[in-house]
Amino acid sequence: MLIAKSPDIRPSEITDEAVYNGRRRFLMAASVATASLFLTDVSAADSSPDLPKLPPARRSPVSTSERPTTYRDITHYNNYYEFATDKYSPATLAASLVTRPWTVGVDGAVRRPRTYDIDELLKMNPLEERIYRHRCVEAWSMVIPWVGFPLNRLIRQLEPTGRAKFVKFETLYDPKEMPGQRSDILHWPYVEGLRMDEAMHPLTILAVGLYGRVLPNQDGAPVRLVVPWKYGFKSIKSIVRISFVEKQPLTTWVRAVPSEYGFYSNVNPHDDHTLWSQARERRIGDFFKRPTLMFNGYGDQVAQLYRGMDLNRYF
Amino acid sequence: MVAARILLLKRAVFATCLLPLVVLALDAFRRGLGANPIAAIEHSTGRWALVFLLVTLSVTPLRKLTGYYWLLRLRRMFGLYAFFYVCLHVLAYVILDQFFDWTAMFNDIAMRPFMTVGFASFVMLIPLALTATNAMVQRLGSKRWQALHRLIYVIAIGSVLHYLWLVKLNKTQPDIYGGILAILLGFRIIVAMGRLVRRAMVGRALKLPASGAN
Repeated sequence: MLIAKSPDIRPSEITDEAVYNGRRRFLMAASVATASLFLTDVSAADSSPDLPKLPPARRSPVSTSERPTTYRDITHYNNYYEFATDKYSPATLAASLVTRPWTVGVDGAVRRPRTYDIDELLKMNPLEERIYRHRCVEAWSMVIPWVGFPLNRLIRQLEPTGRAKFVKFETLYDPKEMPGQRSDILHWPYVEGLRMDEAMHPLTILAVGLYGRVLPNQDGAPVRLVVPWKYGFKSIKSIVRISFVEKQPLTTWVRAVPSEYGFYSNVNPHDDHTLWSQARERRIGDFFKRPTLMFNGYGDQVAQLYRGMDLNRYF
Repeated sequence: MVAARILLLKRAVFATCLLPLVVLALDAFRRGLGANPIAAIEHSTGRWALVFLLVTLSVTPLRKLTGYYWLLRLRRMFGLYAFFYVCLHVLAYVILDQFFDWTAMFNDIAMRPFMTVGFASFVMLIPLALTATNAMVQRLGSKRWQALHRLIYVIAIGSVLHYLWLVKLNKTQPDIYGGILAILLGFRIIVAMGRLVRRAMVGRALKLPASGAN
């Protein structure tokens, strides 16, 4: 499959996070008390990541050259209903999640069903850094330097049979470690799914890291899906099971509010949510909203997956 | 209470009601308001507007239950503070969130029920704020003034719905505000029914038709 290559910079050319935060701190200190102070996360500089570093990841040609959102914001603004329904407390509440030992079971229509240990997945060679745009259905967005590998590499090892039409993913169910699961606002465990061709698409990755380090719990540790042309809730976190199935799985948000959330949930500026216009988005850290792009700007790579489909019907 | 003590109380309450804004500003300058400061400002000002609406509505029941008539002297200030925080809330939306994108705002109000009901509540609050002076009470006459200010019930219901409908799944917070509002409005319904019953009984005692023009 031909992947259109976007204008690109090497990971090494990207300003190191510490330098970036240092500059930010300097600008903060230097700036007088203007309105901009209200609008910038002043505390962005105070978190130095203490998670283990991953082996150096090779550059990926599909990374965006846009400036990544700060580590602080990526790790302190999380929709993770297994911990809480607000976006601030998962950063602390997710500490109760135990990510070792951790296994990911694979079953369904595959010739080689098996169980992966998380350390095997972390050693999938080579890990790549993929800097992707991330668009939440709530009309905000980030730019996130994930570390991971294409899902299709895993799928090829498993040898799916002809009956595998969809891939279904499940998050851990453990109300002791995930206090949000004690309430029944959503049906647990969280389920997401992709059509086989979406799962095989080279942009679809399993992420195990962020900013060169092991994934923080609140961002979906130890392993999560990232599908950059779909709304964020499709990118399921803390995966324990992957099943290859014949029928389109009933995914969590579709089950909760079928009129509002569709199985595909491709980023689409022309199809509004009842609560939000999807025409524009606020990039975290920006003051002005920006127009939302069809397929979150990945249309050149993924539009052919949906040729002939009415995207307003299959939202 | 003597006039001097009421004045002192009013000043203390005035300063206290400013605290939510002071705390928000201090947070903004010292720690930042998190990854999405604009949403944080909208949520904080909106929540406090709702709190002050409910505080305003609790004055009458509290007065009736406790007999403290001086509570009534604070009601106007609470109401105006509700208007103050509503204005900050609307300004945050117009300037910070939408940056004067009138088309986007019009679409929001026309197409999203939570925005329609929120905007309507804001608009209805304006005449109440404008007629909050003693001079306006006299100009309108207290009957008409009171009738106008009964809009506060509609505004409060609209504000709770605005909150309830914008929350995605976890309705706990709006349910709490809605529950308190239900108690405050329920109290008034019970009082009004009690009055009707009393009037009916008095009417019967005087051998007059209960529904007579009295």
